[in-house]
Order: sequence, then C-alpha cells, then structure tokens
Amino acid sequence: MATKASRSAARLMMAPAVILLMGWMLVPLTMTVWFSFRKYLPLRGGDLGPAGFDNYVRFVTSSSFWPAVWTTLIIVGGVLLITVVLGILLALLLDQPMWGQGVVRILVIAPFFVMPTVSALVWKNMFMDPTNGLFAHLWRLFGAEPVAWLSEASMGSIVMIVSWQWLPFATLILLTAIQSLDSEQLEAAEMDGAGPLQRFGHIILPHLGRAITIVILIQTIFLLSIFAEIFVTTGGAFGTRTLTYLIFQRVLESQNVGLGSAGGVYAIILANIVAIFLMRIVGKNLDA
Amino acid sequence: MGRIQLKDVTKSFGEAQVIPPLNLTIEDGEFTVFVGPSGCGKSTLLRLIAGLEDITSGVIEINGEDATDVVPARRGLAMVFQSYALYPHMSVRKNIAFPLRMAKMSPDEIDRRVKSAADVLNLTDYLERRPGQLSGGQRQRVAIGRAIVREPAAFLFDEPLSNLDAALRVGMRMEISELHKKLDTTMVYVTHDQVEAMTMADKIVVLQAGYIEQVGSPLELYQRPKNTFVAGFIGSPKMNLVTGAEAARHDATTIGIRPEHIDISDSEGAWKGIVGVSEHLGSDTFFHIHSDISDEPLTVRASGELLLDYGATVFLTPRAEYLHRFDARGLRIE
Repeated sequence: MATKASRSAARLMMAPAVILLMGWMLVPLTMTVWFSFRKYLPLRGGDLGPAGFDNYVRFVTSSSFWPAVWTTLIIVGGVLLITVVLGILLALLLDQPMWGQGVVRILVIAPFFVMPTVSALVWKNMFMDPTNGLFAHLWRLFGAEPVAWLSEASMGSIVMIVSWQWLPFATLILLTAIQSLDSEQLEAAEMDGAGPLQRFGHIILPHLGRAITIVILIQTIFLLSIFAEIFVTTGGAFGTRTLTYLIFQRVLESQNVGLGSAGGVYAIILANIVAIFLMRIVGKNLDA
Repeated sequence: MGRIQLKDVTKSFGEAQVIPPLNLTIEDGEFTVFVGPSGCGKSTLLRLIAGLEDITSGVIEINGEDATDVVPARRGLAMVFQSYALYPHMSVRKNIAFPLRMAKMSPDEIDRRVKSAADVLNLTDYLERRPGQLSGGQRQRVAIGRAIVREPAAFLFDEPLSNLDAALRVGMRMEISELHKKLDTTMVYVTHDQVEAMTMADKIVVLQAGYIEQVGSPLELYQRPKNTFVAGFIGSPKMNLVTGAEAARHDATTIGIRPEHIDISDSEGAWKGIVGVSEHLGSDTFFHIHSDISDEPLTVRASGELLLDYGATVFLTPRAEYLHRFDARGLRIE
C-alpha cells in the first residue's frame, strides 16, 4: 500500500463498506433524534408536529425513569460481578488436566449458544415455576416453602438467568488467557516461595487483567440492552423494568414514538456515562 | 553450603523411564554443567533437583539432609529459567524483591538486598523499568538478580543463554563465571552447548538418554573421553572417528583423532586424501579431507596461513600419542 494509485484504489474499494456501516448507524440515530422532538402518536393521529423538549422533560420526570436507570445498572453490575468471579474460577478449573476435557469444555460453553428467549423460558418454566419447577421440588424435598422466584426475588432471578447465559463467554475468554500464561513464570514463583494463593494473586490475576477488561467491556455493551429475558419472564413487573424495557413500553404499549425516542437518546447518554467510567477504571489494562 | 547428592534417582513419565537409576554428587561451591544432546534428560534432572518434578524413586540430599519430599521453596535453591520467567507486570525492583517479599522479610532488608544485587549486576539504572523494556541480556541479569537475593545454597541454570545472540552469550558466559567466583556458591548449569560446558565448568556431566556417560573436569573429558559418545560430543569441531580396516590396524574397533592432532603435508604421510571444503576462521583453517580410510571426511585443523585448493591431493599423519582407541562396545582402550 505504498503508491498513490494503490492508496486511492484501496479507498475506493473500502468505500461501499464504510458507507453501508455509516448508513446503518446514522439513519436510525438521526431518525431517533428527529422523532424525539416530534409529537408522534401512530394510532392517535400520527405525526402531530414539533414538540420541542416536551418528550425529554416528560420522560425524565416520569416516576419510572430513575428506578429504570438503577435497575439497568444493578443488572449490569450484578451480572458482571458474577460472570467475572465465577468465570475466573471455572477457567482455573478447566485449565487443570482431566479426563474428558474436550467434552467438558464444550458443555461449559453450550449455554452461550442458547437463544436468550429460549433460555429465559427454560429457566422460568423448568426451574423457577413455583409449583412444577425443579427448584420448587428441591425446596419441598427439604420441607421448605417453594419460592415464587420471578415475583418474590425478581431481580435476583433475572441476574441469575443472564449470568448463566454470559458465564460461558467470560469463561472462554479467561480460559484462553490462562492458557497463554507461561508455565515457567508459575514455576519461578513456586521456587520463589509463593504459595498457591500468592501465585494466583501475584501472577495469574495480573496476567488476566487484559482479558478481564475485555470481558467487562464487551459484556457491558450487550447487558445494557438486554430485553428478551425480561420480556418473557416478568414483563417488566416486580421492579425489573430496565431503561430498554421502559422505552419499549413507551413506544409499543403506549404507542408514543416521540416519548420513546427521547428515552432512546437518554439510553445513549447512559451508555456513554457507563463507558467513560469503565474506561477510567479498567481501560488502562488495554495499553500494551 | 550447597552439597547436592542424588542416590539411585529415577524418573518415569507414565511408562517411559527418562532417568534410569542415577547417582551423582555435586560438591559445595562447584560449578557443575550437565551437557548432552536435546532430549537426554538434562533439564528433567535439573527440575528433579529443583523439586519442580517429583522423583519416581531414590533420594535427593541437599547438605546431607533428605530433600526428596521438600517443596521447591524450602530446598534453598534458586533457579534461572530458559525464558527468564520474569513477572511482566512488575518492575525490575519488584521482580528481584519478589522472593524476599514472599519470605516476609522487612522492607529495609529487602531494599538493602535488592540494591546490592543491582550493584553486582549493573542494574541500578533499570530498577523502575518493566521487563518488557529491557534487552535480552538485561532480562537475563534480572533473572539472575532474582536468584541471588535469596542467598541460596545452590543456583540452578536451565539453558540460560540459549535465547541470546552469539556476542552477548560470550559476555554473559564470562559474567556468570565471574559471579561464581565472587559468590563461591554451588552452581548447576544445564546446556546443550559443549562450548559453554567446556569454558565454565569445574565438572562436566555428560548425559545421554538419561545415563551419565562420563563425569570429569573439562580437560579430563577432552583428553581422555571414556567412550565414543563423549569423544564425539566434547570438542569443536568434532573428533574424527574412524572405523574399519584402519582401526583394526591399531587393534581397535574405532579410533579417534582430534582435528588439531593431524599433521598435513603435500608430499608424504600415513593417509592420502583430497581436500574438500575449507573453513577459514582467520586464526585457524579447518579442512575437510576425503580419504580412503573413512566414508566421512576427516576434519583437520591447520594454521590460518595454510592455503589448499579444493580437490588438491594431500597426505595426513596422525600424532600417535593423541590417538584414542575404542573397543566394540565403544569403550576406551587404555
């Protein structure tokens, strides 16, 4: 790619992809911003003209706004905590030589291939159902009163379901990171007198820093927008309404596209605030 | 104090026995080099001594005490790895201090020891850098620094110079020898490079397939190799080993003669040959000469001034007093 001709040829050939990607992102974004300044009620007259900042003010002053923001953050934080901690432990476990390693690894990764809707339904009906669920049977076996998971411990249940889905991803990335650790470093630490816990703390954990950062960043992107798990389990009830779900309700249940779009713009702002905090906290791990 | 004794030590990985029963004593303060071709078990032997691998049977004694089941950290040995195994996220200072921190030493004592190690190894200016910012030779020195701060009974080196370029290797060879003289501690050094073995060792242990072929000082091994393996392995270029009729004439199955012990002449001599490739090193020239007595070309060392054309006919005379004779089992005949 040194000559002038090859450089302009490269630009020309990359152009379609760049234009497509830009369009893909810019068109919906522009439409969202446009609608957020309109009074747009599809079943009640359609586009009823400009609304100024009315939608923004209404969305933010609604009593459901701040609870939705907190719910979103708690779910993201809870899932991150569980998947990273359990992911590290599982990765350490799977790194040990054992019989049937290949099969076990595939089984561990399997939940990641189950669609969110399906896994949430499986959890809801097979595990968490208060009369026929496996948990209910287990509780009764010990003589306890079955828990109505999705109404009594709704947040915990959703965090559990989503963690189950994302644990394989975290495990997979962390496992490959652990496998890339030079075994001589661990042996050197052993000779230097470091016990198993100290080897974990001083050698393995710092080595995993970058992988943990990547897991946190990627998972945050996807977790901020989880929807299916909430839709098929609680339907946003019992304090599980996230910002995404709130927007969905404003647009489709209340048929208010303008209000929902304003919510969408807030969601973008929230995502950016979270991103800034994350980059502050963990971003330095990415510098080589 | 660092006297290491191996008594009937064996090591098997599953069915495969890599170290057959082996006995060896490494005296206090001695620089011992394990040398052998790759896969001869020399690194495994070092790891057995370090405690990084469990021995299958036998006893390892360090300073007269049974250390067979002692964990690596408590054997009082320090190891320098082939890849240096520095901790990449720690500064040089923290790397060197790591074993001391693990031993829960006081910060003042740690500081003092790190400082003196850095002085010895010329690392004072690099203490705040990360290993990634250092050159190969500097990393090597950090690895050695991490070993010496512990003031161990013995140092174990696992091919420490194999990742360095040729010029640095010569330099580090000198530095390690110097360090040995300064510290006067037992060192066990593994290498496949017989030049390193010859130049550094007080005692060389030649290994092949887990067996000890010969133990002795560098010159002992060079001048009186016990068998054809040691004869061919020690010395560069290799000793010429000749079998067949010419060997039988000397009442041996194999005869060996080093390249510097053959006189070359263009008019008369014991063996007639044709000059093949010549390697000019400046000070010396090595001629590869094809002769009737052997299928392999004979290597002959001559002074750097001697010039011979490719294909020229020459006569060779081995110096009788330097001729090595070996029997059918490859053992030396006195």
